[in-house]
Amino acid sequence: MAYSEKVMDHFANPRNVGEIENADGIGEVGNPKCGDIMKMYIKVDGNIITDVKFKTFGCGAAIATSSMATELIKGKTIDEALKLTNKAVMEALDGLPPVKVHCSVLAEQAIKSAVADYYKRLGIDPEPIVGHIHTEECEHGCCNV
Amino acid sequence: MQRRVYADNAATTKLSPQVLNKMMPYFTDIYGNASSIYTEGAKASAAISEARKTIADCLGCDPAEVFVTSGGSESDNWAIKGAAHLMMKKGKKHIISSAFEHHAVLHTLDSLKKEGFEITLLPVYENGIVKPDDLRKEIRDDTALVTIMYANNEIGTIQPIDELAAICKERGVIFHTDAVQAVGNVPINVHKQNIDMLSLSAHKFHGPKGCGALYIRKGLRIPNLIDGGAQENNRRAGTENTAGIVGMAEALRIAVSTMDERGKRLSEIRDRIIDGLLIIERSRVNGDRVKRLPGNVNMCFEGIEGESLLLNLDLRGIAASSGSACTSGSLDPSHVLLSIGLPHEIAHGSMRLSFSDENTLEDADYILQCVPSIVKMLRDMSPLWERIKKNEMQTKGSN
Repeated sequence: MAYSEKVMDHFANPRNVGEIENADGIGEVGNPKCGDIMKMYIKVDGNIITDVKFKTFGCGAAIATSSMATELIKGKTIDEALKLTNKAVMEALDGLPPVKVHCSVLAEQAIKSAVADYYKRLGIDPEPIVGHIHTEECEHGCCNV
Repeated sequence: MQRRVYADNAATTKLSPQVLNKMMPYFTDIYGNASSIYTEGAKASAAISEARKTIADCLGCDPAEVFVTSGGSESDNWAIKGAAHLMMKKGKKHIISSAFEHHAVLHTLDSLKKEGFEITLLPVYENGIVKPDDLRKEIRDDTALVTIMYANNEIGTIQPIDELAAICKERGVIFHTDAVQAVGNVPINVHKQNIDMLSLSAHKFHGPKGCGALYIRKGLRIPNLIDGGAQENNRRAGTENTAGIVGMAEALRIAVSTMDERGKRLSEIRDRIIDGLLIIERSRVNGDRVKRLPGNVNMCFEGIEGESLLLNLDLRGIAASSGSACTSGSLDPSHVLLSIGLPHEIAHGSMRLSFSDENTLEDADYILQCVPSIVKMLRDMSPLWERIKKNEMQTKGSN
């Protein structure tokens, strides 16, 4: 198994790592049993995601997909961020090994989870807009919690 | 140029130049088929005989008890399936092994289970060592075979082979040991230790890949592995890998003759690293610290994941391995780490370093220089570490 140069670049120099102190939305997906957790912070101004930061516990692909996902939604509208698919994250990284595809799904879910939290804070039910998010379940089904 | 430290010798070792020199003539000049009568063949045949004698001397057995194979997995498969099928004829269909065997053993047992064999896996406890009393309790009248590894490949713990083999002898049960990690690192004498079968692999002690051996005690008539020509005393057919066999014998001779000195040197490297890394908070050593292969370090760092640790080590020039799910190619972390009672989330953060003749104390110092900063960097970006620290604060607050 080998990672693409882009994956290794985002792994070795991850973009947007950290926390946003007064974030407008915080999302966390994954669980420790499966070996990956992603936490995403967003700052929203009007309808625009003006800032985004992440913290990730996980493998190289988990870190790289988190990093790429934050780059792809920074400065975008919430609608655009919600349309970001795991496939788009993978393509931006020049692909992932098959066993690592779930990491890109987790990155997509982390964004949705942060946006859902943003809506909740505004008193808006996020489910009709964002859809259901499996915060504790892992995408590869090893836990079956 | 960046410094490279190869610290994954439990996976494989570098072929020793001395061994390669010994092998070369059998690629270039003495290429004859050892089964042939003319000079080229006779020379190859003589080299194989000499190599077999060297291997037998290193193991404490007769040359006729040494059978060459393609490596550890083949030896394990042959020994276990062979003994099972031999004893099945006597109505014995129970096999005892341990929970943390190599997959070459565990998956072989899975396949025998499908044939109707009953498998008992002994627990290995927190220290990663089988208890002889557990074996005594589990042996039954229909037990066909006991197979317990000599030293574990991930955590390096050395099993009480003498006691286990003695129990098997007393109860008339065949005893096999996968000694792939142990050979060349611990003194072995199969006859004195009452071992009936033993697997070894040349590339674990600076020999060539694709070459291994199975010792089978005289009189133990397990079925032939490959039918065909008369090679390996009619039990495993196929033209001999002359260069490989010569290389394996030379590598084993060197490994065994330098064992004491190497043991001292490697345990110094090992202990320096373990002591140095245990300073990191929420770190732990996996497996017994004393009954352990001299060159094995296996540790966990809470709050981080093993693969990202390995990739960072590789960026700094260090080759290591991990029992995390991501590196095992499966969804779960290593069965070895789970068998010693580690929870999944801690097992994901494991790191194995394994050393050989090629490593130095400078390597240990370089590793000690790199690992703590990588662990810190990964923890700084880990929401799991954040959670651990938060829980710590709450526990402290409630006390």
